[in-house]
Amino acid sequence: MTQSHDQPAAEVDLALLRRSQTGDFDAFEQLVSRFQGRAYGVAYRILRSPQDAEDVVQQTFLSLIEHLDTFRGESSVASWVLRIATNFALKILRKRRGLPTVSLDEGNESYASIPHPEYIAAWREPPDALAERAEMRELLDRAIDELSDKHRVVFILRDIEGLSTEETADLLGLSISNVKVRLLRARLQLRERLTRELGDEATRVEPDHRHDVTPSDEKAV
Amino acid sequence: MTCEELLRALNEVIDDQSALALYAEFADHLAGCNPCQLVVDNVRKTIQLYKAGEIYEMPPGFQDRFRDALRAKWKVKFPHLSS
Repeated sequence: MTQSHDQPAAEVDLALLRRSQTGDFDAFEQLVSRFQGRAYGVAYRILRSPQDAEDVVQQTFLSLIEHLDTFRGESSVASWVLRIATNFALKILRKRRGLPTVSLDEGNESYASIPHPEYIAAWREPPDALAERAEMRELLDRAIDELSDKHRVVFILRDIEGLSTEETADLLGLSISNVKVRLLRARLQLRERLTRELGDEATRVEPDHRHDVTPSDEKAV
Repeated sequence: MTCEELLRALNEVIDDQSALALYAEFADHLAGCNPCQLVVDNVRKTIQLYKAGEIYEMPPGFQDRFRDALRAKWKVKFPHLSS
């Protein structure tokens, strides 16, 4: 069977999965090729170890073989694979910390704990120009490594992997409000770190957290 | 709306394209507050940078071991089929 180039990716994935379920190893290998890079990427970002990320990739697809028949189609194949990979990565993360459970639920966080922006300035260059710089990878890695595990995982799943808040909450065993607060904290901490490196000092402004702008104001204070 | 209040709603401002149209207080505050405009812009660019990030390549030696393991598992799952 050949896939049309116009066929949406999700349909192609599902067709390969259905063929795999009948014992078609070629179809399964195609599925692996389509997802192994993403599984490796999410595992590496969570675990920061090539060896551990390799283990996650292997465990993910071995698990897929074992549980091929359990896929019911409620989610996309991509979500299913990502969920399995993320869960294996989280298990390794918890094991490193000597903790028994997969969940990173360590209690609710509140908006009161969100740090206020301190260094506020325009960036000197746009993201597409920055992304091409060799030194950016090291800066981005350092900044994301400085996040706590629970904040880093939410940021990876929401903003890098593109899961919805609901999908992220379900995967991590968190409430939706907890995901939102953790995401906000991660975003602001990364913003602060990156802006201190990438910001234009000449454009720096001082924050005033009590600054109140209402429609009746003629001028901002 | 204060900067503090906008900060708490930052996820909605970033993630929901319609937030500024739906919630006049967001748009009004941003129109009158340069620091908040910069913070919102910084966060958007931060996310863009990470999304555009490098693809992590698996080590070359891993593929052979990995595929061998998959084949072995496949034979256990489908013993009556040839690979």
